[in-house]
Amino acid sequence: MAHAAVHDTHDTHDHKPQGFLHRWLFTTNHKDIGTLYLVFALVMFFTGGSMAMIIRAELFEPGMQLVQPEFFNQMTTIHALIMIFGAVMPAFVGLGNWMIPMQIGAPDMALPRMNNWSFWILPFAFLLLLSTLFMPGAGPQGGWTLYPPLSLQGGNSIAFVILAIHMMGISSIMGAINIIATILNMRAPGMDLLKMPIFSWSWLITAFLLIAVMPVLAGAVTMLLTDKYFGTSFFNAAGGGDPVMFQHIFWFFGHPEVYIMILPAFGIVSEIIPTFSRKPLFGYQAMVYALASIAFLSFIVWAHHMFTVGMPLGGEIYFMYATMLIAIPTGVKVFNWVTTMWEGSLTFETPMLFAIAFVILFTIGGFSGLMLAIVPADFQYQDTYFVVAHFHYVLVTGAIFAIMAAAYYWLPKWSGNMYSERWGKIHFWMSVISVNVLFFPQHFLGLAGMPRRIPDYNIAFADFNMISSIGGFWFGASQLLFVGVIVHAVFFSKNRATMQVWEGARGLEWTVPSPAPYHTFSVPPVIDDSMLAHGDVTH
Amino acid sequence: MRRVLAAPAVVVLGLVASAAASANPQPWQLNMTPGASQTSREVYDIHMLVLWICVAIGVAVFGVMFVAMFRFRKSKGAVPATWSHSTKLEAIWTIIPVLILIACAWPATNLLIRMADTSASEMTIKITGYQWKWRYEYVDYFGKQPGINFVSSLESQANRTRQLGSGMDPRDIKVGDQATYLLDVDKPLVLPVGVKVRFIITADDVIHSWWVPSLGWKQDAIPGIINSAWTRIDEPGIYRGQCAELCGRDHGFMPIVIKALPKAEFEQWMTTQAPAPAAVATATPLAPTTAPQG
Repeated sequence: MAHAAVHDTHDTHDHKPQGFLHRWLFTTNHKDIGTLYLVFALVMFFTGGSMAMIIRAELFEPGMQLVQPEFFNQMTTIHALIMIFGAVMPAFVGLGNWMIPMQIGAPDMALPRMNNWSFWILPFAFLLLLSTLFMPGAGPQGGWTLYPPLSLQGGNSIAFVILAIHMMGISSIMGAINIIATILNMRAPGMDLLKMPIFSWSWLITAFLLIAVMPVLAGAVTMLLTDKYFGTSFFNAAGGGDPVMFQHIFWFFGHPEVYIMILPAFGIVSEIIPTFSRKPLFGYQAMVYALASIAFLSFIVWAHHMFTVGMPLGGEIYFMYATMLIAIPTGVKVFNWVTTMWEGSLTFETPMLFAIAFVILFTIGGFSGLMLAIVPADFQYQDTYFVVAHFHYVLVTGAIFAIMAAAYYWLPKWSGNMYSERWGKIHFWMSVISVNVLFFPQHFLGLAGMPRRIPDYNIAFADFNMISSIGGFWFGASQLLFVGVIVHAVFFSKNRATMQVWEGARGLEWTVPSPAPYHTFSVPPVIDDSMLAHGDVTH
Repeated sequence: MRRVLAAPAVVVLGLVASAAASANPQPWQLNMTPGASQTSREVYDIHMLVLWICVAIGVAVFGVMFVAMFRFRKSKGAVPATWSHSTKLEAIWTIIPVLILIACAWPATNLLIRMADTSASEMTIKITGYQWKWRYEYVDYFGKQPGINFVSSLESQANRTRQLGSGMDPRDIKVGDQATYLLDVDKPLVLPVGVKVRFIITADDVIHSWWVPSLGWKQDAIPGIINSAWTRIDEPGIYRGQCAELCGRDHGFMPIVIKALPKAEFEQWMTTQAPAPAAVATATPLAPTTAPQG
């Protein structure tokens, strides 16, 4: 290890491109591209978040106060598309870009020029998507799931949305190819697959999911396009097509997509909890196998999103059983995280706080997921605020909390400076309280009978909607603290990070200086098993 | 403001009130209601079963987690252990969840099978979703064709109130002491109590979903596809619901109201409705082609 570290220090007189544009536009460096992805994700997080603020403002009280229903529907549709494809996924790709080469001892990603391209497609895709809001006939209003016939009713904005989705898909597929090629080909000698840090493992599996399903989404939206413009009738009942077929194709993409947004989060939490418990990850191999099982199951459960479309009884029973099976590997993960903490030596820095909140709140989202799997009960829950609460628990307090945990965890390594622990903790407590004020009452609303995607509601739903909106504004405002903490740490903090950063940190990324030099592991490091992230290579 | 401050007390009251099974949404309602039919009660029961199982698992897992967080703090001098594996433990927490899942799946499957069985129905209603209203056709009632056929949409006062900048207060819209803003229609679906009613459900433009929570289910209304579902309502009353599938601009403004009457009163009501012959002609051929759905 020492050898590698010394070598990397020597590397700091790097060959960074000169000039701002030249550096960031033409970069092929995995760290620069990782930063680009992360900054882009943050910008999209606030763009999608401001749409959520409009939604919660309209839902603050019964009656229509602020926007027309058409605009409300555009907000729900684009909020989802931006948060999924613009915030959560690019944030994970950014973290993968930064950390995978450093975790496996590779000098860069396997395909650096493609890496640049897969990032730089994204801003254009999202400009195209956002531009539909200003088009005559307005933006897409049919929900992010784009169910026909509704999604084909509007103006020509759907064509722009479809092109934007194609571009995001191309970007994701290239990113996934790059990650697979990097992990399979560029691990340092001695970094066997079953010694690899669990975050890299989670991304390897996620990348296979992406390659498998993004083309399916591309196919589904292309069929929408030809139905609208070229006279086909894939989904048009009047022409012999079937609107439900779209839903089957969409969710064959959509369910693995859900796990694309959570598996890297599992990886992150599996890095952070051992670090701050100062104890190896419990059941490392079980964690890898659980990731793989969840990924496999994600392909065979898609129709649980559509229990009310009128499937045959046998189909409903099958999809119920298959969906319930997911609880088993997911349970293994949760139990293993808790057991990792048991008999550890715990400290509660900001990354650990977010990771613990992740385990608790993601599990609550998992519980409502199990409830949703029970078909007769799902006949009640489907398309209500109960579902809205469920997927925001797994995506906000799941995926996004994990991303924030990762940002606090690795920021000292990226920037070379410690963030303000005090303000990080304030950000955490503000977020974790407000997010529950925001989403927990939505369970009650759904169970009481409030459908999702409605701009106005009965008086009976008024109180919990107001509480939810207050939580929403509070959560939104709290995220400004996140930006403040990051900006302070990167540009103003005087508190220099050490190479190790965290006392309990294990893994190759902690053997290079902080900030990580522009080029790391130009010479492969010597792997010392006791320094691996999980610390125990036999299990 | 006072309403917000009084929240905790009202939440407790709401819990009690929702247990008392009011058919329509109440302020501060926390839970599903048992509804108005045998099926909806069974749906409620399985919902509560799974909910309590989840609560129990949550208490156990989070309990262990919080004990760990307080006992094994570095600040209290905790020294980390080095173990990282236990085949026995991992086997236990794989097998126990399997058993719990079977305990959930068994009653769920039985109930699902009963819910899918639309045979031996005594009455058939055809429901068609439109942007943004529902059409109800009384196709069959004990072998007769009542020929009743009408469109049901949001009542007009709510429709005026819900316009942006109407200046009207949604709280003013009441039926009796119940606030019915966006949950009332011009012409409710009238059904008899104690009769097995089969619904055949479709749509004419985009996908809608017909949902009255008191019946215990919702069913998508899809153009080109005919779905079916059934109910047997126990108690006379007014049962309110809404479209549950995003169907465009006024998705939030197409409520559903069922007025359940005792059988004799229902038959009385039927005689007051003038048959619409055209509707009989369109509705009848659909009935035999309907396949039961799950």
